[in-house]
Amino acid sequence: MANNKQNTKKQSKKPLIILLSFYAAFIAVSLIWNFQPGVKIGDNFLFFSVDMFKLFPPAFILVGLFMVWVDRKTVEKFFGETSGFMGYIAAIILACTTLYPFVVVLPMGAALSKKGARLSIVLTYLGATAICRIPMTIFEASYLGFKFSIIRYLVSLPLIVISSVFIEKIVGKNYMQENNLLESEAS
Amino acid sequence: MIYLYALATLGILISIIANRQKTRKALKTAWNLFIKMLPMLLITLSVVSIVLYFLPDYAIAKYLGTNGLLVGVIIASVIGAVSLLPGFITFPLCGLLLQQGVSFTVLGAFTTSLMMVGVVTYPIEKKYFGIKLTVIRNIAALVIAVIVSFAIGLIYQEVL
Repeated sequence: MANNKQNTKKQSKKPLIILLSFYAAFIAVSLIWNFQPGVKIGDNFLFFSVDMFKLFPPAFILVGLFMVWVDRKTVEKFFGETSGFMGYIAAIILACTTLYPFVVVLPMGAALSKKGARLSIVLTYLGATAICRIPMTIFEASYLGFKFSIIRYLVSLPLIVISSVFIEKIVGKNYMQENNLLESEAS
Repeated sequence: MIYLYALATLGILISIIANRQKTRKALKTAWNLFIKMLPMLLITLSVVSIVLYFLPDYAIAKYLGTNGLLVGVIIASVIGAVSLLPGFITFPLCGLLLQQGVSFTVLGAFTTSLMMVGVVTYPIEKKYFGIKLTVIRNIAALVIAVIVSFAIGLIYQEVL
């Protein structure tokens, strides 16, 4: 089951590949000898992978489209230094419409950064995607009640904005540039 | 999820109509992003699959329910921080926990920390945002989770 793992990999990924091979071998051996913990772990892996990989094609395509089509000026206008308070609101609105998992939110946040978004606004976006995705909230509210979701929104969103501003102060506005985190494969 | 596919399809269609060259570039970018992330992602999923073997959901329920509120909040934030559960598992699980007598306060800590704090996604986040920012962001998120749970506790009159 967990076999289609090490396909097209390259360069300095060796340690990762070795670890993955060990893992795959362990699962394979478990399957052959019917070693229950191994089988269970393999099941878990499959369960989460299927779930995630189903979301990946459209999610990554959307990020790709964003990177190519949305130009720097637009991002700067809505999310840049001069956007002021509205930048945070825009980040929260963008976050609300997020449909994909956190691991895709990360490159999306990085893409915003590359296109000139202010660091604290990128951080707000990252935090808010965890809090206020609309599809997820509907799901949450149906199990825990709307009151629960609303309190969570009202308390966490201001905290996210405040903490984002503070974090930007701590690491510095130019943190991304200083740490060479903006080198891009698509400008 | 259907919406996500619909949205992506619509996006590609519009993009193709507008400019084929750019569309090709977008798809290539998407593919590169995916390939770059794949090894880390597989490692992450492997770790999650192992952790979840040792800590299945009924065990989580037991830990969260039987202790005092403060201990519950602490355990819930920590479990939330180290797990990576998709929403469609998390919320039914929360519903279940609620029925078993786990308080809203504890569930608030659990869901918030689960969604905002990512220990298992740390290696991926680090690649995009560097060690310092990743660590600070996650600590801040953990603090927020505790504050949110406290606020929920206040309003549901579970604390004080």
